[in-house]
Amino acid sequence: MNAINETWFAIGSLDDIPRRGARCVRNGNMTIAVFRSADDRVFALEDRCPHRNGPLSQGIVHDGCVTCPLHNWVISLETGMAQGADEGSTAVFPIKVEAGRVLISLRPAVEKAA
Amino acid sequence: MTEKLVVIGAGMASGRMLEHLFEANPGAFEVTLFGAEPRGNYNRIMLSPVLAGEKTFDEIVTHDAEWYAANHVTCRFGETVTRIDRKQKIVSSAQGDLAYDKLVIATGSAPFIIPVAGKDLPGVMAFRDLDDVNAMVEAAGKPNAKAVVIGGGLLGLEAAAALRGRGMDVVVLHLMGHLMERQLDPAAGYLLRKELEGRGIKVHTKAQTKAVLGDSRAEAVLLEDGTVYPADIVVMAVGIRPETRIATDAGLYVERGIVVNDQMVSSDPDILAVGECVEHDNICYGLVAPLYDMARVAAKTLLKQDAAFRPVETATQLKVTGVNLYSAGDFAEAEDREEIVLRDASAGVYKRLVLKENRILGAVLYGETGDGGWFFDMLRKGTDVSRMRDTLIFGQAYQGGAPLDPMAAVAALPDDAEICGCNGVCKGTIVSAITGKGLTSLDDVRAHTKASNSCGTCTGLVEQLMTLTLGDTYNPAAVTPMCGCSDLGHDDVRRLIKAKKLKTIPAVMQELEWKTSCGCAKCRPALNYYLVADWPDEYADDYQSRFINERVHANIQKDGTYSVVPRMWGGVTSSAELRAIADVVDKFSIPTVKVTGGQRIDMLGIRKEDLPAVWADLGKAGFVSGHAYAKGLRTVKTCVGSDWCRFGTQDSTGLGIRIEKFMWGSWTPAKVKMAVSGCPRNCAEATCKDVGVICVDSGFEIHFAGAAGLDIKGTEKLGLVKTEDEALEVIVALVQMYREQARYLERIYKWAKRIGYDEVRRQILDDAGKRKAYFERFVFSQKFAQVDPWSERVSGKDKHEFKPMAQIGFKEAAE
Repeated sequence: MNAINETWFAIGSLDDIPRRGARCVRNGNMTIAVFRSADDRVFALEDRCPHRNGPLSQGIVHDGCVTCPLHNWVISLETGMAQGADEGSTAVFPIKVEAGRVLISLRPAVEKAA
Repeated sequence: MTEKLVVIGAGMASGRMLEHLFEANPGAFEVTLFGAEPRGNYNRIMLSPVLAGEKTFDEIVTHDAEWYAANHVTCRFGETVTRIDRKQKIVSSAQGDLAYDKLVIATGSAPFIIPVAGKDLPGVMAFRDLDDVNAMVEAAGKPNAKAVVIGGGLLGLEAAAALRGRGMDVVVLHLMGHLMERQLDPAAGYLLRKELEGRGIKVHTKAQTKAVLGDSRAEAVLLEDGTVYPADIVVMAVGIRPETRIATDAGLYVERGIVVNDQMVSSDPDILAVGECVEHDNICYGLVAPLYDMARVAAKTLLKQDAAFRPVETATQLKVTGVNLYSAGDFAEAEDREEIVLRDASAGVYKRLVLKENRILGAVLYGETGDGGWFFDMLRKGTDVSRMRDTLIFGQAYQGGAPLDPMAAVAALPDDAEICGCNGVCKGTIVSAITGKGLTSLDDVRAHTKASNSCGTCTGLVEQLMTLTLGDTYNPAAVTPMCGCSDLGHDDVRRLIKAKKLKTIPAVMQELEWKTSCGCAKCRPALNYYLVADWPDEYADDYQSRFINERVHANIQKDGTYSVVPRMWGGVTSSAELRAIADVVDKFSIPTVKVTGGQRIDMLGIRKEDLPAVWADLGKAGFVSGHAYAKGLRTVKTCVGSDWCRFGTQDSTGLGIRIEKFMWGSWTPAKVKMAVSGCPRNCAEATCKDVGVICVDSGFEIHFAGAAGLDIKGTEKLGLVKTEDEALEVIVALVQMYREQARYLERIYKWAKRIGYDEVRRQILDDAGKRKAYFERFVFSQKFAQVDPWSERVSGKDKHEFKPMAQIGFKEAAE
């Protein structure tokens, strides 16, 4: 796996994303939600709740999680896994901040469970 | 080595069996699940509430795709197994062959269709699966649609009530002399009939169906006695028969159902059967409790553990909203039997117990069913009731001197008393789950025990058990923490925000010792509201603590698009406004335009990126946000009042517009909907609103605390005032009192009930000083709140919200 070269795309600056908020990045037909936590960490998830495909980018961001706006599933920003009694996960993408620039890789770090 | 398990039929019985199997030994089998319906397992008992529109299909799905995936079940839904080759241990479908080590047949039952002429016409349907429900809902959507339901049993009556509720003309045809004759005696059947007729359902008993009439589709039903009932749809709900064809073809031993032993094994040791397709000890089963028992036994058998199916008595409840009906056991009359009957015609109560040698054989309860569980428990145990015979019929509360409260009644139940009939969960199981696993909420108990998880009628009992077990720590009426982030309840938080002068969310979290670093999706919107309401001039609204709808000032829809509702003051519009809306709809290709219940127009399916441009165009025509997305003032419905109506007593339209223009933009704990009717005929439906006004000759009757949503409740009358000015002052003061006191998401009717209607009257009507102070605080807060959010965003506020941060690659280049 490590042999594959990771390609990083610059998508903007950290300041473009509100704290405890999210922005969307379009990749072909897929939308990726890019989150910024209260302590300035960034996360990237496919913008689809595993429950009913709700746009996670529109949810409320809190304590390492986002609450889906459609039916209140809580999804971990780090792992993409649904929290609590709900089961399911959404794809997570590698993302990092270098010198204020936000960089994303399009190889999913965690595949959505088939 | 993992054995191959093939299951034919993806219904409730096989679903429950798989749950048990995976729970006990997740890796024991490689499971392939065939289902004739193109969907997975759902709670079929709840199809009636779906038909009635009280639940959605999503809410009754038991296993979704994620569940099957997580348990590595290969799902082959919409695929029918056509053959079982027992010698080679292979099942075949149109897609090919599949080998099995163990096979479970769970094909359920098929509705019985009466063999009369016309039975195959389009429009004739059963009430068995979601497709039937959808067909009925579609038929009910047509104006003046007529339905004939054949069968006055449990299923037929639930269908009839639901279709009537959807506005259809409904006739129920029943072969026997009274409704639900298998569960009810004639007296209870009569009460039920009266109730249904009161709802506008026609009931025809002793009805022999002769034919369904019609050329290309069903048009009417003809009875043997010559009666003809016109019908757009004919619902056959006369019974079920076990679906056994595949088993018969495979040469298994089949009588009425597939014959199984106590271990649920058929005549072939590698083939099990569960559910409605089964015959055990000469009996076929149709209620859910015994099917779940079969599922448990079959799972154990598959895992080579000892288990035996021992059928027990089951009780029945009718799921028609507003009808309380309970029956259990055998209540036919016989010489050696006695009965105790209680009738209360004015209250519509009927109770009958059938006894034999001082033991309860059967119970029928109508109107008041609270003691059903208690009677049923004694029935199953054969308890000798001779000591309490005189008061038995009055229920458990009357045993042993002073009446007991319901809590004591639950406390008195033995550990093996059944609480949840659907899932066969007894009191002891629930209590030990609560104590053993440290459960503290109803949802936890549902998740761990399944009690109250199917039809929900036992929810009250489960809550009483929780109170008993947890004592003061579980008291639904006492302080419930706002959320997992704090131990404080809403009222304490509101009080402390004021007392400690906390003016930011971080300050609240710090001072009140929040357990999480930045709260959660439950507490943050609540805190944001409390701070907005309490410090209107000082608090800076926390955008990221608002739910998406209030962040982007539109309503998110299930596909992630938005809907937009401009304000139409008092429901009055003009040609210019309508033209502007028409132009916006064309320009942005808005797929749906809908008139709302609040007398305005909703445009649905707008892409988020288009919102600012849509608002800009609407703004040019003078429109402002209708706040249809807000926990705030929504609409003020009006009728045309004295302007046009020959009955109008006051200018209801004018007053409605005045209220709306005065109060728009204000944030409230939950949405606030109002209405003003120009006379007591009440065309604006003011008496089910949060606040309503009924105009009369002598002035304005102010009403409040109505509801017409999850709950239906008529308003309480606050009082009568003489002038429009006074009406406005009272209404504004009332809403301000609510803004200052209620818990977030608590509608006015719940808040008012909690603090007492008289308390509201005392502060708002009787105490002029308090009223004026409330009024003035509202006016002050409006100085900061009455800003049109749409025009703000058209001018560039929050513009990051409406466009993507970046675009990577090209649309065509999608992998």
